[in-house]
Amino acid sequence: MAKEKAYATPNVVIPNRPVIFDSNICNGCNRCVAICLMDVLIPNLKKGKPPIIMYPDECWYDGCCVLECPRSGAIKMNHPLMQRVRFKRKDTGEHFRV
Amino acid sequence: MPSIEWPYPIRYQKGSEVSTDVLILGGGVAGCFAAISAAKKGVKVIIVEKGATIRSGAGGAGCDHWVHTPNPLSKITAEELVAYELESNGWYCNGLSRYIAARESYDTLLELEKMGGKIRDTEDEFKGAEFRDEKTKFLFAYDYENKIHFRVWGTTFKPTLYKECKRLGVKIYDRTMATSLLTQEDQQGSKVVGATGLDVRTGEFIIFRAKATINCLSRHQRNFVFSSELRGLSSFRPPNIVGNGHAMAWRAGAAFTMMEKTSATTFGSGYSFPSYGSGNPFNTWFPCTMVDANGKEIPWVDRDGRILTNISERTRPAVGQKFLGERSMVYNYRKPQLIPDLEERIKRGEFILPLYADLPSMPENERRAIWGLMVGEEGKTKIPILQVYTEAGFDPNKDLLQGYQFLRGDQMNEVGHPKERTTGEIADAGGLVVDWDLRTTLEGLYAAGDALFASNYYYHAATTGRYAGRKAAEYALIAEKPETLKKQVNDEKERVYAPLRRKDGIEWKELNAAICRVMQNYCSEPKNEELMKIGFLWLKDVEDNEVIKAYADNPHKLMRTLEVIDILTCSQMVIHASLARKASSTFLNFMRLDCPLLDPPEWHKWITIKLKNGEADIGELPIDFWGSLEKNYKAHCGLP
Repeated sequence: MAKEKAYATPNVVIPNRPVIFDSNICNGCNRCVAICLMDVLIPNLKKGKPPIIMYPDECWYDGCCVLECPRSGAIKMNHPLMQRVRFKRKDTGEHFRV
Repeated sequence: MPSIEWPYPIRYQKGSEVSTDVLILGGGVAGCFAAISAAKKGVKVIIVEKGATIRSGAGGAGCDHWVHTPNPLSKITAEELVAYELESNGWYCNGLSRYIAARESYDTLLELEKMGGKIRDTEDEFKGAEFRDEKTKFLFAYDYENKIHFRVWGTTFKPTLYKECKRLGVKIYDRTMATSLLTQEDQQGSKVVGATGLDVRTGEFIIFRAKATINCLSRHQRNFVFSSELRGLSSFRPPNIVGNGHAMAWRAGAAFTMMEKTSATTFGSGYSFPSYGSGNPFNTWFPCTMVDANGKEIPWVDRDGRILTNISERTRPAVGQKFLGERSMVYNYRKPQLIPDLEERIKRGEFILPLYADLPSMPENERRAIWGLMVGEEGKTKIPILQVYTEAGFDPNKDLLQGYQFLRGDQMNEVGHPKERTTGEIADAGGLVVDWDLRTTLEGLYAAGDALFASNYYYHAATTGRYAGRKAAEYALIAEKPETLKKQVNDEKERVYAPLRRKDGIEWKELNAAICRVMQNYCSEPKNEELMKIGFLWLKDVEDNEVIKAYADNPHKLMRTLEVIDILTCSQMVIHASLARKASSTFLNFMRLDCPLLDPPEWHKWITIKLKNGEADIGELPIDFWGSLEKNYKAHCGLP
């Protein structure tokens, strides 16, 4: 039986996924990198790949990156789990959340 | 994540020098309008912007309302609007700049349209709506009778302004953080002759020489609350608006006022929800019906406490009321609101928590105006709220969005923890003292937008920017070529690069949190002399013993570190001003245990602070120091 392994990894800064890239749609044009107010993104070293979210903890969640993106679905905004608002369907009373 | 080599060329110690006529610090709404205005006067203009001018600043992502604007469809005059603003703030409001704004707001709006901004319902999406003027296709908010607050398509504005700046030949230095003002002879309090800047991607140091400089860097934030886990929420405005302009002008010797004002609201507390993204009846969501958990409607009342019987009444002044203010709490201008004893009635069990915004019950035009226009065109809403919530299945025709201001129902009035105070996060805040040329107390330095004392609003930033731009250009046309001293530049270079020289030390986040803790404990509410003096002592301790340990290992983190150093400076300014005001004030949210007299007449004035020979110099100005509004405006505006 092979010996099991584990790695010493640091805790991740959260919230760490303010936006989510779809690498199948994103072509690495980096227009989002150019426009980000807080400069949280850096271009990927590999051309054509989605940017790296270097400083996710600095995102202001304004969404200008998504607004600027020319390819629908390439980048999506993702509110931190603890910042998701709830809503209720008026006629059924069913509860939903963002 | 493994270490990645910095993706931009590193240019530490590489410097460049540029000269211009008018230097504009900050490429937000005020800065862009200032640049356009100055360029039209034929002078050379440079914008220095920390982010990307096309979408930077508090107004970059959008704008839902252009308020307080006299126009041909309204009987309300500029004088009446300023009177309302002054009264609503206990006269702690910049009457001078508000008057300039009231006089030129409509023209500024039309100019924006000429540049390509959308200000009318050209697609007839709201044909027949109560808030629409059929002839002009203008849409109005809050007061449908008096038509002084426009609803606009503000997501179109910033890119339009950026394009116009480029078209007029304005040179834009994006990703460049202004770090200091250069003064003549390196003397604190002398003429401003330019500024220094840091490229936040390459680390290059840039010297900007200018005949006139305009501070469009907005105001201070992050003095009481900082959290990187409550991101996007522990500052209402962009987190990188930290009062760089305030700190720079302070160090140069400019005078400030109203720095003692703070407030405790849920904006910027960190524990609210994405802006405009929860059910509420305030501003962007006005006049949305609110219901309790059982769908029971919460009544609305006018300023006289009379229960309103229909939705239409929410957007009309009461009997004998002149007009509705955008958010005034004083009797003369108060908008209709939810019953003021809602909290009691919830506690008594008459209304059951939680509360919800009942968009489905709103008339169609109102519903689509709130969800789609206001929420949509306001900053931070088109993608974060409209798109994200729609993709999550939210349907304004079927769904009730929950409210999180549990006991008061209204975000503006929901009070946060006294220690979690806001400084420049929301509403009027402390800023630069200016004259009728929007010139600060330093020759060569002008100010516009929220860098101005007691200022607020998009329309105001745009209009004062436009005004300051032409005044600064007028001055630049006759001013001498600026000379800068090598020593001043070298000293600043040392200061700016210091964090890069350290291998480890304290992170900018911990530094900010520590500053906030001092402010929370020693400059919160209520105050007293002893607490504030101790607070000042501990801020000095941070300055002398901790800032020297601050380290950064790339240009981006260097920017963040320098921001926090300016947050420290602004916090010191707040304490200076707080110590100087020896009376309490309702309008300034300022309560001193040792000076309990509330707004006594002898303290109804502006407390000014400035650095003189490195020491804080306290002064004062009469509450109406700007004198006659019409006379002075006419004499200074420079318009035919």
